[in-house]
Amino acid sequence: MRQSNVYVVVYAAILTVVCGVLLAATAIGLKPKQQENIELERKKNILTAVGLASEGTDIAGVYNSQVNAYVVDAKGNKVEGMVVTDVDVAMEYKKPAAERLLPVYEIKSATNPEEIVNYVLPLYGYGLWDNIWGYVALEKDLNTIKGVTFDHRGETAGLGARIATEEIQERYVGKKIYSTEGELVSVTIMKGENGGGERSLEAYKGKDHQIDGMSGATITGKGVNEMLSDYLKMYDSFFKSNQSSISSL
Amino acid sequence: MSTEVAESKAAAVVVKESEPLFSKKNRKLLQNPLDGDNPITVQVLGICSALAVTVQVKPAIVMSLGVIFVTAFSSLFISLIRNTIPSRIRIIVQLSIVAMWVIIVDQVLKAYAYDVSKQLSTYVGLIITNCIVMGRLEAFAMGNKPWPSFLDGIGNGLGYGVILVIVAFFRELFGSGSVMGFKIFEAVGINYQGNGLMMLPAGACVIIGLIIWAQRARNGYSEEH
Repeated sequence: MRQSNVYVVVYAAILTVVCGVLLAATAIGLKPKQQENIELERKKNILTAVGLASEGTDIAGVYNSQVNAYVVDAKGNKVEGMVVTDVDVAMEYKKPAAERLLPVYEIKSATNPEEIVNYVLPLYGYGLWDNIWGYVALEKDLNTIKGVTFDHRGETAGLGARIATEEIQERYVGKKIYSTEGELVSVTIMKGENGGGERSLEAYKGKDHQIDGMSGATITGKGVNEMLSDYLKMYDSFFKSNQSSISSL
Repeated sequence: MSTEVAESKAAAVVVKESEPLFSKKNRKLLQNPLDGDNPITVQVLGICSALAVTVQVKPAIVMSLGVIFVTAFSSLFISLIRNTIPSRIRIIVQLSIVAMWVIIVDQVLKAYAYDVSKQLSTYVGLIITNCIVMGRLEAFAMGNKPWPSFLDGIGNGLGYGVILVIVAFFRELFGSGSVMGFKIFEAVGINYQGNGLMMLPAGACVIIGLIIWAQRARNGYSEEH
């Protein structure tokens, strides 16, 4: 009986249904909690990029009071009727650059809600093994980098995965994305490393558009360079229109 | 050691009814995988994830808990339905039960331990390919009652976890100079430059090799097969 074809087919069918129901129930039951985590993670990354998130910060509270988020298109115009949570940066990444919707996060001063102190922009790209992403925070001149955060899905531990560490990310602080002639040049991770930590910062001091490399992670570094320059190019029109409005003030 | 293995095999075949929950045989099911019958160092199963998730202690502990949970409950379930499973599709049945528990673990981690689940990323999903889980289902749960199978699952999960945590301890200590994120070397005032080899899977390979060596030296291993 246990070997008959009918028994096998019916058994498999019942098993599938039982497992399916259990899994669907788990997924639906846990979904709100998971969404909450993803949302909190996004807010935390944005605040980390501008250095507002330290241990024990009320992420949601600070985000609500100091962040003004909106969406722009590749021409730099605000897209009305869209909120940043409607835009999935990973999905936009698959579209041609000119059609992408681009979220912008304005960070307002903690004391004066009228004053914009920083801009935070999302980044998305491809490293050595899988996608990489992050945020870049700019000063209000839309030229100087205030900070960056990067994350990755599958870069090599100890090599490419270092992009997610503070050691690499602090190398970007204070670098410029525009040349003195006003041309967008981004910031490039070079090849070869000068010893890490302080020595790496020292080696590229005074060089506005270059930072020290990551030994053993050249391809991940290239991925980060492309990601940063691609996204900065897309935001270029937005920067230009806002820089002129700032300088005319 | 050979007598121990023989005993555990005997225990696996004849677990009689109406014995106390933690009889000597049942205790053996829990204890043997920790040392003499360890899934990683003796049976050499589950090496893949032992190399991958042992850079730091914390993810290693969570990964171990995940594996213990999956082996225990998969064994329990398979043992409960072992007399109804058609032998021609038994591997597929085992696989679906294991897969179900793995996905549940993954979902729960995403909801309640988001940071850790990010660190473990794909490796939670890969518990399904961990040879320990299906190995125990096929070798033990298919032929034994639910309770001993459950214990066998926990025992093997623990045996895996113990090695994982030991390896992770040394890798984190020598690789980044910390344990559970606490900077040990800095705390005692030594300027320690992290060893890059320990951050790579190759470092885990070396440590597992050393553990196997130490264990065999202690237990008196000899090639007899």
